[in-house]
Amino acid sequence: MSSNKDVLLSLKDLEISFGEGKDKFVAVKDVNFDIYRGETFALVGESGSGKTTIGRSILGITPTSKGDIIFNGHKINSNKLNSEEKRDVSRKIQMIFQDPQASLNERATVDYIISEGLINFHLFKNEKDRLDKVTNMIESVGLLPEHLYRYPHEFSGGQRQRIGIARALIMEPELIVADEPISALDVSIRAQVLNLLKKFQRDDNLTYLFIAHDLSVVRFISDRIAVIHNGQILELAETEELFTNPLHPYTKALLSAVPIPDPELARQKKLLVYDMSAHHYETDKPKFVEIKPGHFVWANGEEEAYYHDILQEMHKKETEQK
Amino acid sequence: MTETVKNVLDVKDLSVGFSVRGRELKAIRNVSLQLHDQEILAIVGESGSGKSVLTKTFTGMLESNGSITHGTIDYEGKRLSDLKKDKEWIGIRGNEIATIFQDPMTSLDPIKTIGSQIAEVVVKHQKKSKSEAKKIAIDLMDRTGIPNAAARYNEYPFEYSGGMRQRIVIAIALACHPKVLICDEPTTALDVTIQAQILELIKELQKEYKFTTIFITHDLGVVASIADRIAVMYSGEIVEVGTCDEIFYNPRHPYTWSLLSSLPQLAARGGELYSIPGTPPSLYKDIKGDAFAPRNPYAMKIDFEEEPPMFKVSDTHYAKTWLLDPRAPKVEKPSLIQDLHKRFLAMQDNPSTLDFEMGGDAVVLK
Ligand SMILES: Nc1ncnc2c1ncn2[C@@H]1O[C@H](COP(=O)(O)OP(=O)(O)OP(=O)(O)O)[C@@H](O)[C@H]1O
Ligand SMILES: Nc1ncnc2c1ncn2[C@@H]1O[C@H](COP(=O)(O)OP(=O)(O)OP(=O)(O)O)[C@@H](O)[C@H]1O
Ligand SMILES: [Mg+2]
Ligand SMILES: [Mg+2]
Repeated sequence: MSSNKDVLLSLKDLEISFGEGKDKFVAVKDVNFDIYRGETFALVGESGSGKTTIGRSILGITPTSKGDIIFNGHKINSNKLNSEEKRDVSRKIQMIFQDPQASLNERATVDYIISEGLINFHLFKNEKDRLDKVTNMIESVGLLPEHLYRYPHEFSGGQRQRIGIARALIMEPELIVADEPISALDVSIRAQVLNLLKKFQRDDNLTYLFIAHDLSVVRFISDRIAVIHNGQILELAETEELFTNPLHPYTKALLSAVPIPDPELARQKKLLVYDMSAHHYETDKPKFVEIKPGHFVWANGEEEAYYHDILQEMHKKETEQK
Repeated sequence: MTETVKNVLDVKDLSVGFSVRGRELKAIRNVSLQLHDQEILAIVGESGSGKSVLTKTFTGMLESNGSITHGTIDYEGKRLSDLKKDKEWIGIRGNEIATIFQDPMTSLDPIKTIGSQIAEVVVKHQKKSKSEAKKIAIDLMDRTGIPNAAARYNEYPFEYSGGMRQRIVIAIALACHPKVLICDEPTTALDVTIQAQILELIKELQKEYKFTTIFITHDLGVVASIADRIAVMYSGEIVEVGTCDEIFYNPRHPYTWSLLSSLPQLAARGGELYSIPGTPPSLYKDIKGDAFAPRNPYAMKIDFEEEPPMFKVSDTHYAKTWLLDPRAPKVEKPSLIQDLHKRFLAMQDNPSTLDFEMGGDAVVLK
C-alpha cells in the first residue's frame, strides 16, 4: 500500500499541555512518528492516554506546547501561517469525530451539514454543481438522496457516522483523522463503515490516522500501529510485526486483554497487567529507539539489550520452524 | 447441565409493544426464556433487536409508552408480569434484580461523593455499620480497578473519567448482592484492559456471591470469555439459544452465521469485512414468515410464508429456522466460520502469554 514511503505527516518531539503554572498538565509528550501517504496509521491505547488530543492538534484545534507538526513538508503548528496556508491545511486535513451524537449540528439538514465545507471554501461552480457533489457523496456512503432534507436526530448511530464521513470526504482531503469512528456501532454496521473507509482509500489514495481501542479491528484495517500510554508513544511497528513480536510490556498487556471470540481459547487466556513501577529510569534514561527496521520502542539501554535478545530468540525459533 | 437445573426466571410467550404517535411498535414477539441458577447468560443481536427492552421487563423499567401485551414472567414464585405500580416493585428492583446500564452518568448522583454512594448501598443491603461499609466500599472500588481507591473515596462523579464512573456503577450494583444481575453493555465504552478486568471481577464475584447474570453485548469476544449460555435475538425474537460452545462451534440459525461471519478476525487483511446485506424489518408491520428471510441467502419459499417454530438441536440448543425441518435441504454453515476453533488457534501468534521475568514486564494476573 505504501511502497513508495512518501511522508505526508510528521510529528517531531511533540508536546501538548493544558493549563499553566502549577496547574499545568502535560497530556502528550515526546511524540515522534511519520505517516506515509496512502497508509492507515493506527493510534491505540487506554482511555485518557492522549489519542484525541494528538488528533485535535493535527487539525489545529488544540495548540501544541513544543515540537513540530509537518504536513506535506510545511510546519503547520505555527501561528506564522498566513490565511491562505491555513485554509489550505484545513481543507486537506479532515476529522471524523469520536461522537457522532455530539458532532453534528442538530438544527441543520444533512444537505447543509455535508455542504458546509464546500460553501466555506467555494468549492463548487454553481448550485447544480454543489447539489451533484452532495448527492454523489451521500450515495457513495450508502445513504439516499432523500435523506438530504432530514435532520441528524432522525438517523441511527451508524447512519449518523456515515454523515460525518461524507462531510469529511467531500472536501477531497489528503489526510483523515478518524477518531473511534466505529466503537459506537454494532457489528454489521461496523463492517459497512470499515469497508467504506477502505474503498475510499483505494480510490483516492487517502491517508488515515485511525484512533481506536478495539485491536481486532485495528489489526484488520491498519498498516502500522503506534501504542500510546500516558501521553507517550511506547511502541510503533507494522501491524503484523506488532502482533507477533510485541516488546513493550504495556503492548503485551494490551494485546493480552483483547477478547478472543473462541470459547475454548477464551477459557485458557491469561491476562497481563502492566506495572509501570517496574521500569528503572532514574539513571538509565529511556528514549524511542528503532530496535529493528521500522520497529520502535520506548526503552533505556538495559531494556534495549533485553529486547534485542528477545527478538533474536524469536528469530531463531522462526528459522527452526522452517 | 444434565441434572435438573433450577430456573431463577421463567419467561413465557412474552410480547411487548410501544405506542408511538398512535401506532403500535412490536418490540418483543413471543419470547420464551429460562434463566438458570448461577449461570451467565449472554444476549447478543443487532442494534434494535430488543435486548434492552426484554431485560427491562424483568425490573418493570419499560418506558411509559410501552407495555407487556402478552405472556408471563415468573421469578421465585412471583409473577413479575402482573406488577404494575412502582410500589409493587419495591424489594425486587435494585435489590433482587439489579441492572447496570451503559450510560453511567444517569445512574450516579452528581452531588454526592463516589464513596458515600457505594457505602450507602452497603449499609442498606448488607446491614453493616458505617465504618464497615466504608471499608467494603473502598475494597469494591479497588477491585473494580479504581487507582488509589481510599484517596478517591471523597471525590465527586465529575472528577472521574467515563470509564471510572462505569466501574463505580458496577461496584454499586454488586454492593446490593442481587440475586440476578443484568449488565446492559456495561463495558462498551471501556478500553480493552479495563474491560478485561471488569469481566474477571464479575466472574469472580459471581462465584463468591452466587448470583445469576444476564450480559448484553455486541462483542462476541466478550461473550466467548464470559457466557455459559447465549441467546441470539433478531427483530424482537430469540432465534437461537444454546451453550456458549454450541453457539460458537455449531450455530444453526443463518442470522447467527452472519453474526459470526462479521468478526473482523476472520477477514483477510486488505480484504472486505463480511456485512449482512439489507436492513432489519420494520417493527410496525406484522412480520410474515421468518423475520430474517429477506436478508437470508439460504431462505426458502416457506421462509417468506410461514413463521418457523423453535426446532430442538440438543437438550440445551434450540433454533428458530426452517433449515432444521427434516424436509429442508441440507445446508452447511458458511465456510468462513467452519473450524472456527482451528482458525483461532492458528491465529494465536502473539507471545503475550509467555511471561518474561525482566523488570518492567507485565505481570500475569490469572
Ligand atoms: N481541554 C482539556 N483540558 C484539560 N485536560 C484535557 C483537555 N482535553 C483533554 N484533556 C486531558 O488530556 C488527557 C488525554 O485526553 P484524550 O481525550 O486525548 O484521551 P483519549 O486517549 O482520546 O481517551 P479516550 O479513549 O477516552 O477517548 C486526559 O487526561 C484528559 O483529561
Ligand atoms: N420507549 C420506546 N418507544 C418506542 N420504541 C421503542 C422504545 N424503546 C425501545 N423502542 C424500540 O424497540 C426496539 C428494541 O429496542 P432495544 O432498545 O431493546 O434494542 P437493543 O437490542 O437493546 O439495541 P441496541 O443494541 O442498539 O441497544 C427498537 O426498535 C427501539 O426503537
Ligand atoms: Mg478520545
Ligand atoms: Mg440496548
